Amino acid sequence: MRDTENPQARTIIALNAVTKSFGAVQALKGITANIREGEFFSLLGPSGCGKTTLLRMIAGFDEPTTGTIAIDGKPMAGIAANHRPTNMVFQSYAIFPHLSVADNVGYGLKKRRLPKAEYRREVEQALEMVDLGGYGPRAAHTLSGGQRQRVALARALIMKPKVVLLDEPLSALDKKLRDQMQLELRQLQRSVGITFILVTHDQEEALIMSDRIAVMFDGQIEQLATPEDLYRRPVNQRVASFIGVMNFLGAQVSGSDENQVSLDVQALGRIDIPRAGLPEGMKPEDIHRVGVRPEMMTILIDSATTAERIIEGEVVETSYYGDMTYYAVRLIGLEEPVTISMRNTAGRAVLRPGEIARVGFATDSIILFR
Amino acid sequence: MSNRRNKLNWLNTYAVVYMVFLYAPVVLLPIFAFNSSTIIAFPLSGFTTEWFGVLWTTDALHSAVRNSLLVAVSAATISTVLGLFAARAVARYSFPLERGIMGLIMLPLVLPEIIIAVALLIVLIQLGLSLSLWTVVLGHVLICTPFSIAVLGSAFRGLDPSMEEASFDLGETRWGTFRRVTFPLVLPGVISSLLITFTISLDEFIIAFFLTGTDVTLPVYIWSQMRFPAKLPSIMALGTILLGLTVALLILAEIFRRRSATRRGLDASTTEGLV
Amino acid sequence: MVVTFSFWTQNYLDLDTTFTLANYREAWTDPLYRELMLRSLRISVVVTVATVVLAFPIAYYVSFHVRNHKALWLFLITVPFWTSYLLRVFLWKVILGYNGVLNSALLGLGLIDEPLSFILYNANAVVITLAHAWAPFAILPIFVALERIDRSLLEAAKDLGDGPVRSFFRVTLPLAMPGVVAATIIVLIPTVGDYITPRLVGGTEGLMISNMIQVQFGKANNAPLGAALAVSSMFIVGGLSLMIFFATRKIGRGGAD
Ligand SMILES: Nc1ncnc2c1ncn2[C@@H]1O[C@H](COP(=O)(O)OP(=O)(O)OP(=O)(O)O)[C@@H](O)[C@H]1O
Ligand SMILES: [Mg+2]
Repeated sequence: MRDTENPQARTIIALNAVTKSFGAVQALKGITANIREGEFFSLLGPSGCGKTTLLRMIAGFDEPTTGTIAIDGKPMAGIAANHRPTNMVFQSYAIFPHLSVADNVGYGLKKRRLPKAEYRREVEQALEMVDLGGYGPRAAHTLSGGQRQRVALARALIMKPKVVLLDEPLSALDKKLRDQMQLELRQLQRSVGITFILVTHDQEEALIMSDRIAVMFDGQIEQLATPEDLYRRPVNQRVASFIGVMNFLGAQVSGSDENQVSLDVQALGRIDIPRAGLPEGMKPEDIHRVGVRPEMMTILIDSATTAERIIEGEVVETSYYGDMTYYAVRLIGLEEPVTISMRNTAGRAVLRPGEIARVGFATDSIILFR
Repeated sequence: MSNRRNKLNWLNTYAVVYMVFLYAPVVLLPIFAFNSSTIIAFPLSGFTTEWFGVLWTTDALHSAVRNSLLVAVSAATISTVLGLFAARAVARYSFPLERGIMGLIMLPLVLPEIIIAVALLIVLIQLGLSLSLWTVVLGHVLICTPFSIAVLGSAFRGLDPSMEEASFDLGETRWGTFRRVTFPLVLPGVISSLLITFTISLDEFIIAFFLTGTDVTLPVYIWSQMRFPAKLPSIMALGTILLGLTVALLILAEIFRRRSATRRGLDASTTEGLV
Repeated sequence: MVVTFSFWTQNYLDLDTTFTLANYREAWTDPLYRELMLRSLRISVVVTVATVVLAFPIAYYVSFHVRNHKALWLFLITVPFWTSYLLRVFLWKVILGYNGVLNSALLGLGLIDEPLSFILYNANAVVITLAHAWAPFAILPIFVALERIDRSLLEAAKDLGDGPVRSFFRVTLPLAMPGVVAATIIVLIPTVGDYITPRLVGGTEGLMISNMIQVQFGKANNAPLGAALAVSSMFIVGGLSLMIFFATRKIGRGGAD
């Protein structure tokens, strides 16, 4: 990943303590973040957390109530959207219905008064970039949803902006097309090397596409990290349950020395964690809960297989997904069933509700929470 | 289901009778325009185009038509331009006293015209302005602007705000955005606003009656001619011509609305533009 | 809204402060004006009721029984009203007159022996003419309200065992009420102040307040009195519409519980 290779990459957008209030509603409560040049950055969060608000302020449609936004080192206060080096792909695409595809794509170029031939070449190039070569003369309203999305993208890219802003660009597409566009968008971003900021409330989409993700709740960034870090080391329960599925279990510190911390965990029993495994800033007495991802637990079907630790439970529910099976298992000593996912490899049996399962897990896959 | 069938029959009959009631006066217009008798009554006496001929030679009528056209074109243009800005402002911004100001602008829609006429007359006398065609234009702008705002307001409401933002985002100025995106997209609304206000102004009588000076508009002219029974057949002829023109204009407006709706990928058969 | 308007008038009356109250007193006490005012109100209430009651079935028909050509129907309903109002009123005079179309047709068919005279130059003629003139203004709001009714509600009512008549009175009518109220107010206000119709077809007993206002501004040359009459009638109409509005809102709420 580029950003881990080069975490010192230049900052293209610097957000500093940005807040935004709409009357009594405080939509953003102090956003500070640096977005790096050339990265694919996502703003991920539930509906109403302020993602669109933040994006619109970067684009210049709104001004922050307090705090500053700088793009490429230049403070943006008082600079309107038409003078910012950003371009937006709207959720509704906002394709101008009265213009042809080519006129839509060339809309912003018209202002630059290029020679006719050059203008035409640029438009055709932009269309080819999004796989719409030859679509120029088509009327915009005859396009399908996916094609509109590409036109909107070409219309933004042709301006050669420093940053492309995308507000839930894929949410209007059906699942299949969305999956395909996720990959295409990612590849396109790689090939043009322009910074993309994507707003989405779909965690899977953010994980697949982004170099880094800012997870937002209630107008604040809870965690800004790479997809892997977010998944493996969520900073709190909110982030952990928003990204993927997480089983939470109550835990108590039963003892600690300079090398390790011993935890007494519901259903799992005693677990020792090396001190170095504690997240930064977390003291042993802070730990009240641990989390285990569904795929970090295994149902040991064959009595011969073992694991570092084994516990028993009753299968409550089985959900068969084709490649995967999700089990709800009630572990001994725990009211709430936990979720366990298993890959359906060749010859592996699927347990039925009521059967007793042996569940194996490794202590190093445990995530600690306050 | 005979119950339902009966009800439908009953409704069908009623609809037909009602349409006859609606169209009765209008249908008479051409009948008497081509009737050779000077008395407007049945039985008809014969076919003639004489009354149309009379129209060609009546100078007073010609100047009334000219005056009316001048007034109607001015009133339609001014109220549509005002309506354009007002509708745009209401659709995009919220400003203090918005409801109050809009209520004030829309007020003439629900006031009896005679009251508007009286009020304007008083104001004009107060200001010491002499009555002319321009005072009529002023009055007509007052009653037409609410219609413009209503028509254009729905055009603006149907416009995705991100259209304007997208243009602005692509480097266009506010004025350029209005010219290249907003205006073309609300153009059907602008045209129907022009047509509606033009027709209203052309037909308006009371305000014109109160506010006009020596130059009369067409309805005022017709009114003055109604006292003379001999003039009635030619008024019928005039009415027929006007009817033909307005119906043609309306059909044109409807065709235009449908075409632009299709172009925008909307369902053209919706009643949205009519109500 | 009303304030601004009376402000204009007040402007004028300010000049003749001493006369201000006198004008209003005259407007309110003189039996002639009172009679005209009451007659105007009576006529426009009758017109409004007639127009709305006649319009409702048409709006209902177009909304519920016309499948594919709703827009065409609405278009056809509005076309007659784009002809000159003046001419339309005049044509009613032609239809209703002593030697008019209606009488000559009825005579010709042998249905009557001598022309009917109660249909022109009186309040009846004014009612008929105005009910015609304001028809689309009543049909359109009711139509819009009917169109907004979720059709599944009617099916739900049928499902719950309501017959067509019951479901009409229990579901359709209450839901169409906003449109009916709008239609009522839209028709009521302008008809009170109508000038042309009473003047052309009303004779002397069909004259209304606006004709008097015009007389005051014209021949009688008593503009302040005319203004006082105008303001008074506007207040009465405004009050009446507000009453209708609030009354129906209350009923609507009561019915909804
Ligand atoms: N113009 C506005 N006026 C008032 N409140 C607003 C305005 N715009 C946004 N808000 C409020 O600010 C908060 C954040 O809104 P925002 O649109 O940024 O959310 P979002 O994260 O984009 O949500 P979604 O995923 O639903 O698009 C919401 O509570 C919203 O109601
Ligand atoms: Mg949003």
